[in-house]
Amino acid sequence: LNEEPHGRGLIHPTDQAELTEAELNEEFTRILTANNPHAPQNIARYSFKERSFKPIIVDQMAVHFVLESNLLHKDSDEARRLMATPVEDGGEAEEAGEEDRPDSVASKADKKELKVTNQFNFSERASQTLNNPLRERYCQTEPPLRSNFSATANQWEIYDAYQEELQKQEKNKEKQKAAPSKKDEEKNKNMHKLSCFSQSDDISKVGKAAKILERMVSQNTYDDIAQDFKYFEDASDDFRGQKGTLLPLWKFRYDKAKGLSVTALCWNKKYQDLFAVGMGSYDFLKQGQGMLIVYSLKNPAFPEYVYSTASGVLCLDIHKQRSYLVAIGFYDGSVAVYNLKEKGQEPVYKSTPKTGQHTDPVWQVRWQDDDIDNYHNFYSVSSDGRVVSWTLFKHELVFTDIITLPLHGAISEKPQCLQCCFLYTACGTSLDFHKQTDFLFLVGTEEGKIHKCSKLYSTKYLETYCAHSLSIYAVKWNHFHPEVFISCSSDWTIVVWDHLINTPMLIFDLKDPVADVAWSPYSSTVFAAVTTDGTVHVFDLSVNKYEPICQQPVVPKKKTKLTHIEFNPIYPIVIVGDDRGFVTSLKLSPNLRKKPKRKPTVNTACDISFKIDM
Amino acid sequence: MDSAEVEETLKRIQSQKGVQGIIIVNSEGIPIKSTMDNSSTAQYAGLIHQLVMTARSTVRDMDPQNDLTFLRVRSKKNEIMIAPEKDYFLIVIQNPSD
Repeated sequence: LNEEPHGRGLIHPTDQAELTEAELNEEFTRILTANNPHAPQNIARYSFKERSFKPIIVDQMAVHFVLESNLLHKDSDEARRLMATPVEDGGEAEEAGEEDRPDSVASKADKKELKVTNQFNFSERASQTLNNPLRERYCQTEPPLRSNFSATANQWEIYDAYQEELQKQEKNKEKQKAAPSKKDEEKNKNMHKLSCFSQSDDISKVGKAAKILERMVSQNTYDDIAQDFKYFEDASDDFRGQKGTLLPLWKFRYDKAKGLSVTALCWNKKYQDLFAVGMGSYDFLKQGQGMLIVYSLKNPAFPEYVYSTASGVLCLDIHKQRSYLVAIGFYDGSVAVYNLKEKGQEPVYKSTPKTGQHTDPVWQVRWQDDDIDNYHNFYSVSSDGRVVSWTLFKHELVFTDIITLPLHGAISEKPQCLQCCFLYTACGTSLDFHKQTDFLFLVGTEEGKIHKCSKLYSTKYLETYCAHSLSIYAVKWNHFHPEVFISCSSDWTIVVWDHLINTPMLIFDLKDPVADVAWSPYSSTVFAAVTTDGTVHVFDLSVNKYEPICQQPVVPKKKTKLTHIEFNPIYPIVIVGDDRGFVTSLKLSPNLRKKPKRKPTVNTACDISFKIDM
Repeated sequence: MDSAEVEETLKRIQSQKGVQGIIIVNSEGIPIKSTMDNSSTAQYAGLIHQLVMTARSTVRDMDPQNDLTFLRVRSKKNEIMIAPEKDYFLIVIQNPSD
């Protein structure tokens, strides 16, 4: 065993079977058959075409050995075919052809003429070109970005989408209609710029919200006052008899208007919470700038609009229908119209010395109904003695002198020069138009006379009323009674008149200059007045013809002078302005706002005259 | 209104009695301007944004033509006033009893 690895003998595997000589020499016969034992004979497959199972025939023959040979049997068909083509096979083929085809004799001559290729000098050349090397080339693109999008659609989102689409369509239509000219394009560009600007400008978008929130915050801050304004009714009136009280509500003050006094007040007829305040000075040695301030009761902390003016404001009026138009008269004699809708600090209309403005302070302006051509117009009165009508044309203010107030009844001669004009004219200080007869108006003068004038007669007074001895501060027609008006003066008196009678009906002495008087909008017999000692007086002629039913100081210091008073058109409040620039709102207690009891036959207007005549 | 005016209005609101803070939040709920400290700004902005969205979809689900204009939340300690605009909303927190 040890020798075996070195020897050259056969190496037997250890588990080889030991066989005897006889067994080794035994013969086993194996026959190769053409039958393939692996090929299955019994396969069937379902044919859908014929809808039945079909047997599949598999090739059963096994090929054990294949050898291609170049030998052919002489008698075989292939050999014969090859022999019939002598061109390729040369002489031998010819002989074969002779033997096989006795009918080919005729063709022999032709065959000899054929050019026989020299089979020994035949060479075949082939060359192989270089194979182009195979090259694989590939590149990978970056995969496109994928993002997940999911959203919920509810009814209003669908609605919004539709609305947006509609708007787009409308815009497209408009674009198609208006052929885009260059100007339009420029405009569009500008608009685009603007919109871009506004997009970048974050804060301005919350402007409206900020404004309303400011009101909300001040509603919370002044909650008690708001409650008082809306709901509080002074119960103590029941024990006071006929007398009433005033409850102070909000106080309006604007820091930048410090040092100016309230010279005019006017409620907005359309938005009853809104009122305009004119700021100026009654101290004629200290004239300076003025201011137009518009407040809302909804925000007592800060005005809605502020316009500062070069000259002091002395009077203002808000248009009844177009409540954004405010006419203003100034100390320097000019008049102006502000449009609250327009941005900017400048008035939309302003009179100039060339266009007939007054030469003295303008004491009263009053809007009129639109004229026949639908132009807005207003009247002004000034201490230069002229009453002027102003018409608002497209870009200018056109004036018409209505009357130049003559000092003595009628004008005897036309004054020749301006100075004479001053000498001969009365100084108008207040003006009011009759509520029904629109050509009739009253002018109060510095001399204490009240003139009844007509727009139609520019030279004559219809009537002159003399009862005041000092300058008239206000004349007002009654809201209900067509014949009654009231006047107040610095001679401490208030006078109630019937315009058909040139002597006073009632005179009230308030022991202090009366700065303003106003009829109430709810009762023909109630009026209120302010005196310069800081007191508000409220009268109800149906209750007491001699004494006020309320007399109440409303400013803290005695020094403060009240300058104006106005009734709100619907709410039971009055606003009072003083010479320190404050505007105080006061609520009238129930006794002060009694509406007259309606009698079946006698109306309220007659009621007052009846009572006054008593 | 231009932005200077709005700034001034916001200043006035801030100076009003009892106003604890003003926050302007954009439509994604991210505060862009605030007068309060960072943490409470973030808290208010996040929570109120959700509240406004819920409130708005409540209103609009009922009537798609309708829209939320204001939201006032009165609580024991203060009042939160929210004015949703198109892209932003304004939040003011006020203690009315101060």
